[in-house]
Amino acid sequence: MKVLVCISNVPDTTTKITFTNNNTQFNTAGVQFILNPYDEIALARAIELCEGGKGTVTVINVGEASTEPTIRKALAIGADDAVRINIAPSDSYTVASQIAEYAKDKGFDIILTGRESIDYNGAQVAAMVGELLNIPSVSIIKKLDFDGTTATLDREIEGGKEVISLPTPFIASCAEGVAEPKIPNMRGIMSARTKPLAVVEPVAATALTSISSFETPAPRSAVKMVSADEVAKLVDMLHTEARVI
Amino acid sequence: MSVLVYVEHAEGKFKKSTFEVVSYAKSVADKLNTGLTAISIGTVAQDELSSLGKYGAAKVLSVSAEKLKSFVNQAYASVIAEAAKKEGANVVVLSNSFTGKGLAPRVAVKLQAGLVAGAVALPETDGGKFSVKNTVFSGKAFAFTQLDSENKVISLNPNSYQVNEGGSAAQVEEFQPATNDSDFKAMVKDIVRASNKVSLPEAEIVVSAGRGLKGPENWGMIEDLANALGAATACSKPVSDAGWRPHEEHVGQTGISVSPNLYIAIGISGAIQHLAGISSSKVIVAINKDPEAPFFKVADYGIVGDAFEIVPKLTEAVKAYKANN
Repeated sequence: MKVLVCISNVPDTTTKITFTNNNTQFNTAGVQFILNPYDEIALARAIELCEGGKGTVTVINVGEASTEPTIRKALAIGADDAVRINIAPSDSYTVASQIAEYAKDKGFDIILTGRESIDYNGAQVAAMVGELLNIPSVSIIKKLDFDGTTATLDREIEGGKEVISLPTPFIASCAEGVAEPKIPNMRGIMSARTKPLAVVEPVAATALTSISSFETPAPRSAVKMVSADEVAKLVDMLHTEARVI
Repeated sequence: MSVLVYVEHAEGKFKKSTFEVVSYAKSVADKLNTGLTAISIGTVAQDELSSLGKYGAAKVLSVSAEKLKSFVNQAYASVIAEAAKKEGANVVVLSNSFTGKGLAPRVAVKLQAGLVAGAVALPETDGGKFSVKNTVFSGKAFAFTQLDSENKVISLNPNSYQVNEGGSAAQVEEFQPATNDSDFKAMVKDIVRASNKVSLPEAEIVVSAGRGLKGPENWGMIEDLANALGAATACSKPVSDAGWRPHEEHVGQTGISVSPNLYIAIGISGAIQHLAGISSSKVIVAINKDPEAPFFKVADYGIVGDAFEIVPKLTEAVKAYKANN
């Protein structure tokens, strides 16, 4: 079995988000980049599925050379090999196009992504790759079982779940619950340095969207404190002043 | 040129997020001086379909083919793309729900359309451009995403656009799309819904609790308060990581982003990752025993004190208020 995990390189979750160039560019100064937390879940499940010689896990990233520490981290966690498509990502469609182009003739049985990247949150790449490859895609799964021929997935829906059964090949985007992220051990970190990381030149793909500017949320007004002895007053304020109940 | 909106239903009934998305799509259509058509897939009663006219749909295409009864995103995307072509629609609007997230990207690829996910406002169309404000960095910022393609797909965040009523009944038309067997490889085996729970991403009020609750056995009072308010329950990351509450209740940067009218945070300190997921909430209440908790910096109302004393009192006060109003 061959599993492909799509990973992205994102600002650490503690990052304070600011912009430069008249709010047209994300300010990366001093920002620590990490492996997207949801992609860690996808990677962990891929490794579990392939354990005991049942298959191999390849990770793919669309990005410039600066993303290689994140790719090495994925190798340290347990991926067998890695591919970097050598282009800065511009929008979800171009990223999906690069991944689909690479994957189309490699015979991957299962392709996994995180449910979304925590920078642009599009949650688009998995379903776009599915469409470009004309294979089923399931977005935002909480569980993935595979018996060798058929996969059973729990897809999150509002207020519950849908249980989906499907054959390979397919692509799915993983949320919490699919697996526990794995922490690389010393052997993993050592071996990551020598695992294959292929750099592949991109194909031509035109972006369909572009970000013209950014904005940070308006600052909120100062907090109004209510005494712990006057809880009923809070209810009154929520009704008469805030008008939310 | 026209606008097409996909209307999601649960067991044949439309919900508030559907009315939001139809109201939004109607405003987009007005802005572009064109009409709005809705498309519904699955079994929905005629009068439920025609009621979408109230929110601005002039026409509703109804797809009731047996094969398309349960949701398969690949097949549904084909149907929506075919309907868009038939209607000459170059803007397709969907909800950025769990279902919309699986559907919108496939529709966009089929139509060679740019997709803006998580829209929070109407498009700006000045100077021949088409730009939509959407959330990025998990709620820490907004972007103005320009759609450079002729066809455009927009997915609207729940609780981000007001429901507008005032239209009359829509004309309902049966639509029989072509279906392709290769679109039906995935099959829905079962749907499990917690019957009495308010869905978190769509909830108007959210009651959320953190490590300050000390253990899963203490969630009864959180559920009582949520029930009194008709609210959904949520939690912080440490709580779902510890297995006190299910993952789908985890709100924050690596969980669910919510934008309710009222978010009540109980015993949550207010780490930057949690605050990212709730920053679009209209009113925030923080209850924490630590007066220095970062949550008070973003809250509109705050109470410093012991959650175990305050929450039951708050529940009583809410019940008393509900009884009198």
